[in-house]
Amino acid sequence: MTDSIPTDSVGLVKPQVYKFDEPLTLRSGKVLPEYELVVETYGTLNSKKTNAVLICHALSGDHHAAGYNSEADTKPGWWDHCIGPGKAIDTNLFYVVSLNNLGGCAGSTGPASINPETSKYYGPDFPVVTVRDWVNSQLRLMDRMQIPEWAAVVGGSLGGMQVLRWAISYPERMRHAICIAAAPKLSAQNIAFNEVARHSITSDANFREGRYLEEGTYPKQGLMLARMVGHITYLSDSAMRAKFGKSAPDFEQETSENFGRDLRSGKLSFGFDVDFQVESYLHYQGERFSENFDANTYLLMTKALDYFDPTVDFEGDLSKAFENSDCKFLLMSFSTDWRFPPERSREIVNDLLKAGREVSYLEIEADQGHDAFLLPIPRYVKALSGYLQRVHQENESNAS
Amino acid sequence: MRPDLEIIQQWIQPNSKVLDLGCGDGSLLHYLQATKNVHGIGLEIDAENIQHCLENGTNVIEQNLDKGLSNFRSESFDTVLLAQTLQALSKPDHLIDEMLRIGKNGIVTFPNFGNWKSRLYLASRGRMPVSKFIPHSWYNTPNIHFCTVKDFDALCAEKNIKILARTVVDLEHQGSWYMRAWPNLLGEIAIYHISKNTD
Repeated sequence: MTDSIPTDSVGLVKPQVYKFDEPLTLRSGKVLPEYELVVETYGTLNSKKTNAVLICHALSGDHHAAGYNSEADTKPGWWDHCIGPGKAIDTNLFYVVSLNNLGGCAGSTGPASINPETSKYYGPDFPVVTVRDWVNSQLRLMDRMQIPEWAAVVGGSLGGMQVLRWAISYPERMRHAICIAAAPKLSAQNIAFNEVARHSITSDANFREGRYLEEGTYPKQGLMLARMVGHITYLSDSAMRAKFGKSAPDFEQETSENFGRDLRSGKLSFGFDVDFQVESYLHYQGERFSENFDANTYLLMTKALDYFDPTVDFEGDLSKAFENSDCKFLLMSFSTDWRFPPERSREIVNDLLKAGREVSYLEIEADQGHDAFLLPIPRYVKALSGYLQRVHQENESNAS
Repeated sequence: MRPDLEIIQQWIQPNSKVLDLGCGDGSLLHYLQATKNVHGIGLEIDAENIQHCLENGTNVIEQNLDKGLSNFRSESFDTVLLAQTLQALSKPDHLIDEMLRIGKNGIVTFPNFGNWKSRLYLASRGRMPVSKFIPHSWYNTPNIHFCTVKDFDALCAEKNIKILARTVVDLEHQGSWYMRAWPNLLGEIAIYHISKNTD
């Protein structure tokens, strides 16, 4: 457990569940008759209701973005270094709303929930949800919470795609769109990695065509492998060299590095077991992830990524999609991100410019690859903080 | 405000769209937004400057001018500004073409290397001028393409660019009759308002 909760933490938070009875028609045409969304909030909504910020999570994220759910928690929420009193997303100034998306496995309705029509687990029968469906469900949540407009919608990676969808579909309900380490749509390479991940899950004998919960099995190996592949794409070559190359002998460090080839036990096994630290790290990450994540949700999330293409209604022209997006935009990318590299963010920026939108863009030097969007990179956090301070000042001056 | 910026702002129309190439800390755009309701975007590469822009609410894009402006549509801005940046570009002539493609008009300011101080420095010492105004040595200067008022006039003539207005000032941005009479000799900062020649 934590020795004591830090003073710049939002502290103990209790997730709330919002139940929606009105059916939600999904992009696929399928209808979700009812659903629940689990939500955490940090800070206080001001009397004019102008200071709400929506956090959109990425592939494996959830509603627990900051603080602790119990005294026994060893770790805070996934974006705790950015959300809290005095932090970049300052809970002294903003009312922060963070939810688990539909199809998730952290409390919102998803494949591991019980289907009310059959009284069994949804499993593979849970409909494929898209970024657009998430944003529609977030809009309903917003209405339920009686928030007229977001001061900002913020997200990284798949979360950034939700930000873009918000700005395209509901620009009148937000003033700022903050989109970090995202892409206008996935490349063939991105989809290829996702397919390897999916195939490793679906080909696990314990997957049972997605009905593993009903059948009391679990495709642990498949999910592990999926995460291991995914994890490689989140890191950069330089990040891996640094992380797994700590024991390079001095003489090597002077001339070159050891390329992150630290051995786990100090010598080669001449077998097919784990020899290098990087292997053991990936095994550990996969193992830990497979214990906390639902395999069907992983399939859904990767499909949502693959299907994301906001240009489908605009003849393939993203600038047309942004024609009515009169919120302000901040985009950021990271130099060593090869999953959604800076060029992909620049594509978005250029289409925003083409559409005559107000946009700011930063390309942050960072060694950590795609993962950087979740890490406390000083320039990145400072920029986010500076931008949001400005958003707050605008709020104040509009109110007076 | 920096001397050249004070003069520039007089040439910017209220409610117009302004692209500021090398916008620094965004103070000019910030001022134009506040006083003229200008819709502005700045391009900048210095991280600290970019942070200032974010903090004062100026739209800023991290973009290297030497890599071109092909991401901007033709005639998508009213005015394109290039203040004290011309001399640091790898292809200044090309960028001026781009400015007048993107904007209906352009404003360019640069340190006038034809100023008598530079001439005297070079003539008397035989070395590249270093001054308070141009503080770098030849080997570490970001300013790789110095020009004079006469040089810039010649470039405009060659490119058939219309000079809507030209003024020169000293470092305290004071203009005077003698500077107007001998701009290339006495002006320290040259300020041009230009457009494509449509005649």
